Amino acid sequence: MMWELIAANRRKSVFLFAGMAALLVSLGYFIGEATMGQGGGWIGLIVATGVWVIMAAASVFGGPELVLKMSHAHEVTPDVHPQLFNVVEEMKVAAGLPRMPKVYIIDEKAPNAFATGLSPDQSSIAVTAGLLTRLNRDELQGVVAHETSHIMNRDSQFLTLASIMLGSIVILSQVFLRGMWLSGGSSRRYRRQTSGGGGGGGAALILVAAIVLAILGPLFARLLYLSISRKREYLADACAAQLTRYPEGLASALEKISDNDVPLDVANKVTAPMYIADPLALKGVAVSSWSSTHPPIEERIKILRAMSQGASLMSYEHAFAKATGKASRLIPGSALRTDKTIAIRPADPNVVREQSEKKQTRDVMDLMRAVNGYAFLVCACGLKIKVPPDMKESEIKCPRCGRTNQVPRAQVSEFAQVAAAVGALVGSQKSGTEEVPFAKPAAAAPGPKQPLEYHRRTPGEWESFACSCGHLLQLSPLFSATQMKCPNCGTITRIS
Amino acid sequence: MGALIFLGIVVVALIFFVGMYNSLVQLRNRVKNAWSQIDVQLKRRHDLIPNLVETAKGYMVHERETLTAITDARSRAMGANTVPERGAAEAQLSGAISRFLVTVENYPDLKANQNFLALQEELTSTENKISFARQAYNDAVLFFNNKIEMFPSNVIAGMFNFRPQEFFEIEEKSEREAPQVSFKR
Repeated sequence: MMWELIAANRRKSVFLFAGMAALLVSLGYFIGEATMGQGGGWIGLIVATGVWVIMAAASVFGGPELVLKMSHAHEVTPDVHPQLFNVVEEMKVAAGLPRMPKVYIIDEKAPNAFATGLSPDQSSIAVTAGLLTRLNRDELQGVVAHETSHIMNRDSQFLTLASIMLGSIVILSQVFLRGMWLSGGSSRRYRRQTSGGGGGGGAALILVAAIVLAILGPLFARLLYLSISRKREYLADACAAQLTRYPEGLASALEKISDNDVPLDVANKVTAPMYIADPLALKGVAVSSWSSTHPPIEERIKILRAMSQGASLMSYEHAFAKATGKASRLIPGSALRTDKTIAIRPADPNVVREQSEKKQTRDVMDLMRAVNGYAFLVCACGLKIKVPPDMKESEIKCPRCGRTNQVPRAQVSEFAQVAAAVGALVGSQKSGTEEVPFAKPAAAAPGPKQPLEYHRRTPGEWESFACSCGHLLQLSPLFSATQMKCPNCGTITRIS
Repeated sequence: MGALIFLGIVVVALIFFVGMYNSLVQLRNRVKNAWSQIDVQLKRRHDLIPNLVETAKGYMVHERETLTAITDARSRAMGANTVPERGAAEAQLSGAISRFLVTVENYPDLKANQNFLALQEELTSTENKISFARQAYNDAVLFFNNKIEMFPSNVIAGMFNFRPQEFFEIEEKSEREAPQVSFKR
């Protein structure tokens, strides 16, 4: 059952973490002892711990935001892509997360996704625009389930801390080894310092131990880290199958993700391990299986498709053994003991509605534009004009028919209009001339209580209009609510 | 010395006792929380139905029965009080909705309606959430019921009157029926 799995994961994490910490501390101790003489070990130990604490604190407090920023992820509201939000909420319910993860979209055409966050309380899921257009509902659910499993199992938290531990070990050994190299071997200096003490043999032994640790430590720590990372990916796949009760969704999504030949430009060495499929490996950088953070994608697909006995963790374990030929104990015994059979559900009937490739490409472009703050103007001739956010003119000429277009504004509803007219008569004032760009006109902003209205021109397409405060609001093709709140001034506009 | 050992044993036993009681309370709260999740989603479904019927009514003139079946099942489900009663009523509602979705196949105009598509996505998602929430609830109940039946936690459960909770069952038949809607032509 899930809870045992989470508990077992936590126990294991603590154990592995302690191992890495011991390695870091002993590395610090031996380096200190070797370079600074007797008693220097303690200084080295403190330095090593200090390096780790500083790096850990920095990444724990700023990490998730930094990662999202580095990936150019934009936080979005439900109306931009209701289906994505629905799927995330479904998985939140299935996994029993205490709070809904924040949802981000990355404007990249390569399909991929990742999750980040310190705890299930505050987590984020980011998907690329390419993922949204290429995957159907079931596949999207599979991907989101995989990311939700990472959140549920606290993988990103653990892997962040482990990778910082690894980083500290690497930094310490590098500094030590380079220092030795540059000073022509500090052993000579060291021997001179302690020659009076007479403990030459012991000192040499410590030096050798420090060098061996500095060379083997990072290697060992890296292998340990990579093997945990791979295991957690398998585990997230297993949990995703259980959460969705539909392994084929994730399998087919992974297939589409690996089929793609567009590189994911925003991914780098730091963020790559977080994605559902290693974007750098997909780029064609050859990596052997033991030196990569992710298991081979073909193998993951093969395992998911070999799940013949339902969607339970036990079934994944069997499929894993069958597909890889290894009888590795992937899932902790305590979780398997209380496991029960879960039937695989049938496919979502709506997936048959496939779109043409051209329409899909247009959709992903529009989605990315909307996320980036473009305005969509629908000309009377039917052409949809896309206006970049840095456009300075207040009007734009339609390239097809030559009509001039302005961003439509939400209108004060009729009743309020009359009231406002009366008000204007009482205190008659002249409105200033319009010279500000259309995105932020200096209109006399009506009070937030005045109801605004906007009539949709092209339901089923992206459409933009300006709020009374001038803030640009986007209506997605899937927008179905009857009102919209301006994130800038809080005014509610009725959409009809 | 003997008294000290005795005192030590008493303290350890007390800690053990308190820990077990607290974990039982925690598990019971997990069950309650899972139930409220289902409740939220069922309510959401009830809210969606009038909209759905309203949108479909204009297109499906000859399908009065299908639509009234949904509305009736909805009011029955809203009136149910006990867990098993509610399970049965909601199962009926699920069945009515899935029959409706099959019928929709014959109305291409309705299927092209943007408003309807959005409603359909909401409905699909709510159905999913209900089944996921139900699974989470039943898992929580199973875990809790096992705990209060097994030694040694059953002693404490008996002392403080922890009662086994009921499972939320929806008939297997409607369960399997729901997704078998084919959108192929």
